[in-house]
Amino acid sequence: MSEESTPAEDGDRNVGQRFDRLPATDAERTVDGRASRGAVVEYFADRFGIAPETFDDYTFWEKGAGKIWIYAGEAPTPIEIEAIGMTCLRTRQEHWKPTTDFVQRFGHHATDCVIELDRDAARRFVAGEDQARDWDGDWGYLIAGHELAGELEPLGVGLFVHGELRSMVPKGRQREL
Amino acid sequence: MEPLERYRPIVDDFEAFLDACKRPLGTAVRVNTIKSPVDRTLDALEKDGVDYEQADWNPHVLRLDTDSPGSTWTSFHGFTHGQEEVSAVPPVVLDPQPGERVWDCCAAPGGKAIQLAALMDDRGTVVANDNNLGRISALRFNAERLGATSLAVTNEDARNYSLSRFEFDAFDRTLVDAPCSCEGTIRKNPDALDNWSPDHVASVAGIQKGILRRAVQATREGGTIVYSTCTFAPEENEAVVDHALDREACRVVDVDIGLDYSPGITEWEGNEYDTSLERAARIYPHQNDTGGFFVAKLEVTG
Repeated sequence: MSEESTPAEDGDRNVGQRFDRLPATDAERTVDGRASRGAVVEYFADRFGIAPETFDDYTFWEKGAGKIWIYAGEAPTPIEIEAIGMTCLRTRQEHWKPTTDFVQRFGHHATDCVIELDRDAARRFVAGEDQARDWDGDWGYLIAGHELAGELEPLGVGLFVHGELRSMVPKGRQREL
Repeated sequence: MEPLERYRPIVDDFEAFLDACKRPLGTAVRVNTIKSPVDRTLDALEKDGVDYEQADWNPHVLRLDTDSPGSTWTSFHGFTHGQEEVSAVPPVVLDPQPGERVWDCCAAPGGKAIQLAALMDDRGTVVANDNNLGRISALRFNAERLGATSLAVTNEDARNYSLSRFEFDAFDRTLVDAPCSCEGTIRKNPDALDNWSPDHVASVAGIQKGILRRAVQATREGGTIVYSTCTFAPEENEAVVDHALDREACRVVDVDIGLDYSPGITEWEGNEYDTSLERAARIYPHQNDTGGFFVAKLEVTG
C-alpha cells in the first residue's frame, strides 16, 4: 500500500488507495466527477422513495472511481484503510447502480421501483437467472423483494429492460435455494 | 488426541472430555440482529422447514438441524451466520455499547466483529483489524452480507498497531481473539492436533503476549478487554494474561456467562499465575457439548 502523493497535492483528483468523504453538495466538491452526499441521498429518494433522513447518521465515502461506501462510525477524511462500512452505490456511469448488500440492508425503506416476486421467481432471481416479467414502472435498476415471515424482504438489485428482469446478484452471493 | 493427555490433571471428568472431543460438532448459527430481530428469523426458519434449538445462555445462538446452513433463505438474507456456539461467547462478555469505539485486533473472518457491531445496534465504531490480507477479503464479504455499517477494516500487525489514522487515541473496549494452537476446534477440524508441538505453542504464545500488551495500551483507563482463544493450553491462556498483568496496568474481572465452565488455573507445570486468573473461564467440550474455549475479562486500570 503506497501513497504516491501527499493529501495537499491530490486535493484535485481522486486517489485509488484511500477513502475520501463525499462533499455535502456538488458546489463543495474539489474532485471532478465525484458524487456529493446530497446527490446520493437525492438519488435514493428520487429513484426508490427512501426518505433522506434514513441516512442522517451515516457518512458516504468514495474509494477509486465511483464506488460509494456508507459508514456509521468515526473516521477522518481522507483515510487509508481496507474498508469503511459497506459498499452501497456505483456512480460515475450513466445509470447509478446500488449494490445487492445495500439493498438487503436498507431496501425495506423503499417505496418506489420495488418489484415483488413470488417464491419461485425469487428462487430463480437468487440463482442469478434472468426472467420474463411484466412491469409498469420505470425501466432500469429495481429492488427485487419477496414475502418472508410476514414482510416484504429485499433480495437484491434487478435490471428491468424489454420485458425482462435481469438478476444483478453477484456470483459470490448467488444461491440455489 | 495425544496432545490432550497432558490436561488430565486439570480437567474434571477427563474421560468425558476426551469422548466429547471425539464427537463431531453440530451446526450452529448466530442470528444477525442487524438484519432481522430474533423472532422474525425464527419464523422464517420455521417457514423454511428448518428445525432449530435456541441456546439456553443466548437466544441469538441456534443449533440447526441441517448440514447446509448456508442453503437457507435466512442465510441468503444475512439473518443468520454460521458461527460456532462458543465463538459467540467473547463478544457477549466484552458487552460493547452503542456509540463506543471498539477494537477487534484479530478480526478475520469477521464473525465476532460483526457480532460486536450487532450488539452495538450497528452504531459506533468497530475497528476490525487483521494481519492477513487474504482473510480480510473473507471478513469484508461477511460484513457486507450481514449489513454491518459500523466496521472500519484495517490490515496491520496488532502487536505494534497505530491509532494515528483515527482521530481518537484509545478504544473503549478491545477484543483479543488471539491466533492459537486451536486445540478446542478438534470436533470441527479432526486434523487440528496434527501439527501440535510444544515449540509451536511457545511460538504462538509469544505473539499472543505482544498482542494483548498492545491491546491494554490502546484501551482507555476503565475500558474493558476480553482475551480469548480456542485452545486449552495454559501457555496460551493464563500465562499470557499473567504476562500482561505483570507488565501493563490492568486487572482480571469476573466473566459473567450462562454456560458451564471451569475456572482459570493458577499453576501449570511448575509455573504459578496470579490468583485472579481463577476469574477466567475454561469452557470444555463436555460441559455444554460445544467446542473448547478460554475467555478472560480485563479492566484497564491506568
